[in-house]
Amino acid sequence: MEDRPAGQRVHDFFEVSPGFSPDEAMLEAERCLQCKKPKCVNGCPVCIDIPAFIAEIALGNFRNAAVIIKADNMLPAVCGRVCPQETQCEGECILSGKEKPILIGSLERFIADWERAHGTSVPEKQASTGHHVAVVGSGPAGLTAAAELSRLGHKVTLFESLHEAGGVLMYGIPEFRLPKEIVRAEVEQVLAMGVEIRLNHLAGRSITVPELQKFDAVFLATGAGLPSFMGIPGEQLNGVYSANEFLTRVNFMHADQFPVFDTPVKKGSRVVVAGGGNVAMDAARVARRLGSKVTLVYRRREEDLPARIDEVTHAKEEGVEILTCASPIRVIGESCVTGVECVQMEMCTPDETGRPAARPVDGSSFIIDADMFIEAIGQGPNPLLISEIKGLARAKKGNVKVDGEGKTSVPRIFAAGDVATGAATVIWAMGSAKTAARAIDRMLRED
Amino acid sequence: MYRVLKATQLAERVFQMWVFAPHVAHHAKAGQFLIVRVHEAGERIPLTISAIDGDAVRIIFMTVGKTTELLATLRQGDMIRDIAGPLGLPSEVSKYGTCAVIGGGVGIASAPIIARAAKSAGNHVIGIIGARNAGLLILEDEMRACCDELFITTDDGSKGVHGFAADVLKAELEKRTIDCVWIIGPAIMMKVTSGITRPYNVKTFVSLNPIMVDGTGMCGSCRVQVGGTTRFACVDGPEFDAHLVDFDLLMQRQRTYQTEEREALEQYHEHSCSCKGGE
Ligand SMILES: Cc1cc2nc3c(=O)[nH]c(=O)nc-3n(C[C@H](O)[C@H](O)[C@H](O)COP(=O)(O)OP(=O)(O)OC[C@H]3O[C@@H](n4cnc5c(N)ncnc54)[C@H](O)[C@@H]3O)c2cc1C
Ligand SMILES: Cc1cc2nc3c(=O)[nH]c(=O)nc-3n(C[C@H](O)[C@H](O)[C@H](O)COP(=O)(O)OP(=O)(O)OC[C@H]3O[C@@H](n4cnc5c(N)ncnc54)[C@H](O)[C@@H]3O)c2cc1C
Ligand code: FES
Repeated sequence: MEDRPAGQRVHDFFEVSPGFSPDEAMLEAERCLQCKKPKCVNGCPVCIDIPAFIAEIALGNFRNAAVIIKADNMLPAVCGRVCPQETQCEGECILSGKEKPILIGSLERFIADWERAHGTSVPEKQASTGHHVAVVGSGPAGLTAAAELSRLGHKVTLFESLHEAGGVLMYGIPEFRLPKEIVRAEVEQVLAMGVEIRLNHLAGRSITVPELQKFDAVFLATGAGLPSFMGIPGEQLNGVYSANEFLTRVNFMHADQFPVFDTPVKKGSRVVVAGGGNVAMDAARVARRLGSKVTLVYRRREEDLPARIDEVTHAKEEGVEILTCASPIRVIGESCVTGVECVQMEMCTPDETGRPAARPVDGSSFIIDADMFIEAIGQGPNPLLISEIKGLARAKKGNVKVDGEGKTSVPRIFAAGDVATGAATVIWAMGSAKTAARAIDRMLRED
Repeated sequence: MYRVLKATQLAERVFQMWVFAPHVAHHAKAGQFLIVRVHEAGERIPLTISAIDGDAVRIIFMTVGKTTELLATLRQGDMIRDIAGPLGLPSEVSKYGTCAVIGGGVGIASAPIIARAAKSAGNHVIGIIGARNAGLLILEDEMRACCDELFITTDDGSKGVHGFAADVLKAELEKRTIDCVWIIGPAIMMKVTSGITRPYNVKTFVSLNPIMVDGTGMCGSCRVQVGGTTRFACVDGPEFDAHLVDFDLLMQRQRTYQTEEREALEQYHEHSCSCKGGE
């Protein structure tokens, strides 16, 4: 399994890696030591029985491997591609010190892709309970909860404000990391379980809070979609985008194929991206594919970049220039962007995350010529719906407060995923959603 | 898919359409908008909800580019791919006393629903509608029915007062007290007209029309400056205090995709001509 050459990749939106062939997968699986006390499982937020599914792959029993994974993870084709395995399962793998860790993510992806090609089976549903749950938001958290609640015999209606389901998986993560056909297939599986979906329904507007509260339970999975802006001068200029806008235009509205698709996007010749997470890497790599020269500006050191390690490597291979210890302070231009002024940053004492705090160096400012500037400096929960729910307790950053089971301060309302945790990961969104779905189930059965 | 229940032309390049969209109709209030995506490859464009009747809502639009031209080709029974809404905050209607509701050009589309809401809140409602010429004037009868007084202006004097809505507003402000004003129209018209109410210190709302994508607060494309702070028009607006709005910035940002829009329209025209040629 070799990555496609970077020079080819930057001209298309196909995946970086074609994935394992069956022989490669079996060969990789055979490297697994089948530890008695597998540490990889501890590293997995949803505790997939990793050694068990790898053992099935080694034997060529791909269908069995799929069953094992799916017992704990409804979206393996997605997670196999986008989980930060290096800090989770693969990071814990006993082989990671000596040789290479088992490529658990790639094996998970292989099995999910194999199953999709060979026919998936719809999990059995329990007898109908007569209860009806509203799930708001169709990202990984909402999809997981909807599937789980449906499997447990509850009727589920899923509300999504956009015209297609999938949340960030659809509008945020680009095609070359997560083909949309895969997301659509996963959504289809959830709908095949009898979940009813209402697209174009913005909860709080198209359905009111009192109307939502007529359901037997409400599950909030509205994500953390509200983009933060840096608040620097020049941010209003034409050619300044939030990463969300840029990525939505391209991934969701297909602006790369304008004018075949009607939504336009600016194609900068020189683009500056601010940020260092997955979102920033995605924006930078999409801009490369639109033909731009791209500089990514990150305020800390390279080793502090919060993005998945693969994404950093791929971005560099594809020609994204990464400028560390620097931060934009002003966007320059009359009506359109002509440059971005940055300062150098020095590293101070580490904060609670272990990363150093960054402080601007006096008199160190410099200008990067650019005709487009993309900010990818973080997102918060969209307050639209949650601020309309009376008595809903929220934490400092605006996210909904929940207990260990996803219960909010309002009876019968649960929350999980980014809206509860703040911007996190797909697997955490799914894990927390599953826990909350089971808590809803228990509550409904006690009624 | 959402069915077109009725489609008619109101004036040159101005069309009216009733569409079946219960989720929007049952919740919509004056001042809110919806987003349509006409077909699978379509752009999401915002349009004001200009009337509500049972399960249906009315949109009124002017053909200014590809999507609005495409929308104008739809007939009764045709389907629109997506309609999301209602979006944005409703107009801040309460009992102010005397209100003026001013519509310019296709902006008149939003006027009756606000005028009606202001009237039911117990206000004396003055309507002022203006267009370039008599042929472009829309919804006159509807406005006459819901306003206590109605003024008409045309730029060329072909009907009503020869001049702009701003001129009538100024004359009225000199004669009497007006407590609240709504202005809906092109950005430049809103800028000029709200400039009239400023010295009189009259509460003035404008409905801003920046470029939008999702309409749910997720992208920031629609950001505007109001009183020096960044607001998202799709969720914090679209109505804002006119005297705090940076109109020049709004107009600058509306021009972001001028080149691309022209390209899209040209391609669309070429394509639709060759289609017709083949018939
Ligand atoms: C560009 C980008 C790249 C990322 N890369 C990775 C990665 O590589 N690996 C990883 O693990 N994580 C990654 N993440 C993070 C991950 O995608 C999120 O943590 C995850 O999607 C959160 O899931 P969620 O279901 O909570 O919310 P979301 O996926 O945000 O879904 C929320 C959904 O709710 C809808 N919604 C919001 N409000 C309403 C409302 N009022 N009514 C109806 N619907 C509503 C939204 O339209 C959306 O569809 C990335 C995020 C981004 C933005
Ligand atoms: C809240 C709101 C309510 C509106 N209500 C109405 C209405 O009731 N009737 C009406 O005729 N028009 C209305 N508009 C304007 C309408 O959305 C645009 O005319 C339409 O998007 C043009 O699309 P197009 O493809 O036909 O033209 P284009 O060629 O794409 O663009 C023409 C002009 O329309 C504006 N525009 C383009 N794309 C968008 C977009 N995605 N979002 C917003 N503006 C855009 C641009 O400033 C551009 O210069 C409203 C806009 C907003 C924000
Ligand atoms: S249109 Fe995207 S935030 Fe307003």
